[in-house]
Amino acid sequence: MTKLSTFLALLALAFVSTAAFAQANPPPLPASSPAPPPDAADAQANPPPGTPPDASGPGAPGDTSQDQVLTGTVTGQGSWQDLIIAIPAFATNANMRTPADLNGTAALGRKIAQLIDDDLKDNGLFRPIGPASLPAPTYDEITSPRWGLWQSRGANMLVHGFVRAGGNNQLTVGCYLYDLQLKQELDREGWVVQPEDWRRAAHKCSDLVYSRLSGESPFFDSKIAYISETGPKGHRIKRLAIMDSDGANHRFITNGQATALTPRYSPDYKKIVYLSYLDGTPSVYIYDIGTGHQHLLLRSKNQTIAPRWSPDGKYILYSMAIGGNTDIYRIPASGGQSVRLTDNPGIDVGGSYSPDGSKIVFESDRSGAQQCYVMNADGSNQHRISFFGGRCATPEWSPRGDQIAFTHIVGNFRIAVMDPDGHKVRDLTNGWQDEGPTWSPNGRIIQFFRTQKNSGDDSLWQVDLTGRNLRHVPTPLGASDPAWGPVLP
Amino acid sequence: MQRFVTAAAVAGSIVLAGCASKPPAALPPQPANVAQAVERSQAPQGPSQGIENAVVPGSNADFLAQMNGRNVIYFDTDKYDIDEIDAAALRSQAQWLARYPGARVRIEGNCDERGTREYNLALGERRANAAKNFLASLGVDANRITTISYGKERPVALGSNEEAWAKNRRDVTVVIE
Repeated sequence: MTKLSTFLALLALAFVSTAAFAQANPPPLPASSPAPPPDAADAQANPPPGTPPDASGPGAPGDTSQDQVLTGTVTGQGSWQDLIIAIPAFATNANMRTPADLNGTAALGRKIAQLIDDDLKDNGLFRPIGPASLPAPTYDEITSPRWGLWQSRGANMLVHGFVRAGGNNQLTVGCYLYDLQLKQELDREGWVVQPEDWRRAAHKCSDLVYSRLSGESPFFDSKIAYISETGPKGHRIKRLAIMDSDGANHRFITNGQATALTPRYSPDYKKIVYLSYLDGTPSVYIYDIGTGHQHLLLRSKNQTIAPRWSPDGKYILYSMAIGGNTDIYRIPASGGQSVRLTDNPGIDVGGSYSPDGSKIVFESDRSGAQQCYVMNADGSNQHRISFFGGRCATPEWSPRGDQIAFTHIVGNFRIAVMDPDGHKVRDLTNGWQDEGPTWSPNGRIIQFFRTQKNSGDDSLWQVDLTGRNLRHVPTPLGASDPAWGPVLP
Repeated sequence: MQRFVTAAAVAGSIVLAGCASKPPAALPPQPANVAQAVERSQAPQGPSQGIENAVVPGSNADFLAQMNGRNVIYFDTDKYDIDEIDAAALRSQAQWLARYPGARVRIEGNCDERGTREYNLALGERRANAAKNFLASLGVDANRITTISYGKERPVALGSNEEAWAKNRRDVTVVIE
């Protein structure tokens, strides 16, 4: 995907054509339209009130606003949540055939708008009105909106866009966000994509709208690796599978002959590391998505499980059992010498890096039952952080660095969050067995799997950090062990 | 005593070969624990199970028949210690292994579903290793024993209740063929 950093006019587009995707800055906003400060009632928005949101805000490297832990209430319903956003069909300069849609670019334009509408609706974001309820704008209107028309629909914000078929079947998708009250453009961006990637361009537009209006980092253009399950409880077939964040473009990676478990996308999306019984003994494999080949992370007669990537993709953590004792090790992702990080007779397993790579949170039963511990990335200063009721398991550090999600075992299994010191614990769910949280790339949504009593059937679910919008994530078959990857470049 | 049990087990395995799980009415009624041992031999443990016409001494079918259920030992929640019943079962296993010095075994450690996935993989390995250590302490060469953990992935009892969970917290010893 190539991002267009400037539009001069619709007919005189400046292409940034690079082999690899270049992170260009969005065009500067007009001087008369300052970024609105976050509402004081929006307790969930970092940075602290008074600081205008910008593209490099929460979660950006070097941003220390995360150190100021979430304060205030959990309701987090800032005024941006109530914005009514009109998302009519994307227009096209000429209705042309495209491999992306049998009915041509005009129909594709409707699908793009519908995808954006679905993205926002499914995640309980804003109050979107999709293309099915709205008139379709013409191509010229995209950069010259009919303000009154959309205002008469009751909308506060307007998303316009276009899709054009170009040479080599490539599509150019433009996305514009307008403030209807100010009658001004808030943001714009464009992308050149292969036809099979049209959904990515639409997700990027959703991300633009979401980020610009909420101040949060994007997350829609991302993928999820997970374990697809089928069969009865006594003979479960488990296959590694991947899908877009909205469940589209689903693909099976393994065929189920050997049980696959606990996958993790590499930060660059090129590989998946996972556990397989292919060899008999549980072993960690690295699967290369481009080549379709996989290889063992390391050769050992000992069981190796629980693989994890470092944020820079250079290292993989794994847990190895020797003579009944499981400890956490680190190995270069390209192979080589392992470094032992824990050396305790208890079961030390898992491990999740802080986003800056300096610390690791893991679970250990060294105190007698599963609890959560933090150590430096080199294994030093191992200290327990969970001192609340119940057990702490499967800890996962938020990509924003401000929270750790975990499985809170208090009779039942709940998805919970705490700050990195183990304080301010909040249970977000209350199922019979909710397990294995994974964070959306912007640290706002947690996906997990829910096991049904008796049948043992597993399914994927999501909940917002505030505990709102708990919803089932549809998958073709049963599902467990979700692992959400970063935002695609 | 031993021969009678073996013969009945043989008859049972012939009959049950290639069928669903119902024994035919023509056979004399089998003691409950023999049926259990035969049933275990039907579990997916290898292509040769249930097809043999005679139990080969030193085979897994022979092991199952002679162990009479003692090829499986059980654990309390989150525990991996070998209690008295487990110890008695492992002593039987060790005696059988002494009789067939060429036989090798795999100990499969399992957990119930009321635990998180990766911790259970580690706990299953702990349980398997505990049994291996105990067998070694009884004189079985450790090189004859491999271990594997299935965590909570291979329940035999499918309910979500204490009774089912107790049956799933187990080590299963399998003769490798």
